[in-house]
Amino acid sequence: MSKDSQGPLWEVFVQKKAGQPFVHCGSLHAYDKEMALENARDLYTRRSEGSALWVVPAAAIVASSPEDIGPFFEPANDKVYRHPTFYQIPEGVKYI
Amino acid sequence: MSNAVDLEKNFNSKLEKNDFVEPKDWMPENYRKHLIRQISQHAHSEIIGMLPEGNWISRAPSLRAKMVLLAKVQDEGGHGLYLYTAAETLGASRDELLGALHTGKAKYSSIFNYPTLTWADIGAVGWLVDGAAIMNQVMLQRTSYGPYSRAMIRICKEESFHQRQGYEIMCHLSFGTEAQKEMAQDALNRWWFPTMMMFGPPDKDSPNSEQAMKWRIKRETNDELRQKFVDRTVEQAEFLGLTIPDKNLKWNEAKKGYDFSEPNWEEFYNVIKGNGPCNKERLEARNKAHSDGAWVREAAMAYAEKKKENILAA
Repeated sequence: MSKDSQGPLWEVFVQKKAGQPFVHCGSLHAYDKEMALENARDLYTRRSEGSALWVVPAAAIVASSPEDIGPFFEPANDKVYRHPTFYQIPEGVKYI
Repeated sequence: MSNAVDLEKNFNSKLEKNDFVEPKDWMPENYRKHLIRQISQHAHSEIIGMLPEGNWISRAPSLRAKMVLLAKVQDEGGHGLYLYTAAETLGASRDELLGALHTGKAKYSSIFNYPTLTWADIGAVGWLVDGAAIMNQVMLQRTSYGPYSRAMIRICKEESFHQRQGYEIMCHLSFGTEAQKEMAQDALNRWWFPTMMMFGPPDKDSPNSEQAMKWRIKRETNDELRQKFVDRTVEQAEFLGLTIPDKNLKWNEAKKGYDFSEPNWEEFYNVIKGNGPCNKERLEARNKAHSDGAWVREAAMAYAEKKKENILAA
């Protein structure tokens, strides 16, 4: 990193309100975690979009790669029996 | 799916299905280059756009107006940051992008090279310039590159107050004293044609635009957007009792839209080349802000490193 730089990249996740999932909303540069959190507040929740924030160093994220999508997710493709619609329930049976 | 033909096929079928392209997906090198150029220019425009409006923060006519203008200028800074990080997902670095802006190698919207001479200009900028920008940005919400689209959706949500606050200022002035109304008309006179230029040159002279449409980076052409802008704005001007400074402006029943004069394209290219009324001032102000902030970045980095050392030592 050169002497004059914007600092490392952080990914920002916002939770709108308690009970809801944290959703990725973008990224930003900051030098340390406190600054990353404050910058995230100023940048992504100026209009009360969140009640909680996560910031994660972008370098710490491990991601799947698009080229391997096929084989990587393949194990889920042939298991229809994981869905309720796979099963037949006799007519007249209720609440199931 | 590793050979080049398959990769390109996969990319094209994504575009056909209106699917989004994401950072790690394969994309043609020129698509990547086009996006880096367009998104970074867009980011530069946001932060250079803070300057003409910042000019009026300390002279806003009321506390309310000052708070609103501060919030708006802060939003523009935020929009620049959303866009820079979108460009960075394509492999460009922030320092590189800012460097290109500061040396004058990269361009930004020509509109910000015009001065804001009176308070009415702040009204006209919000109403017309933000109005035109929104028209372009609403289209870009459906652009094919995921991170750009997501940034645009955020920006559009925030931007709608910008145009409304501008129109509110125009209302106050247009329904105020005779002198205030004159001030509003004068601002409209000066901002009308430069705003029309914001959509870019006519389609026939815009070769980049055709490729951008094919890639679904742009979804509507320069001329289509310009027409839409005129059609929506005329009535808003009439409501204010102001006159759009174009003698050729006339409703055309056949095309269900207005006929209007083209802006002076020679002036447009000249401003882009660096010869607008404020090019030099804008670039100097940006460079000064950046170099005045250098010690803050250095100190923040030194502090972060020191804390890391302390953790290791403990």
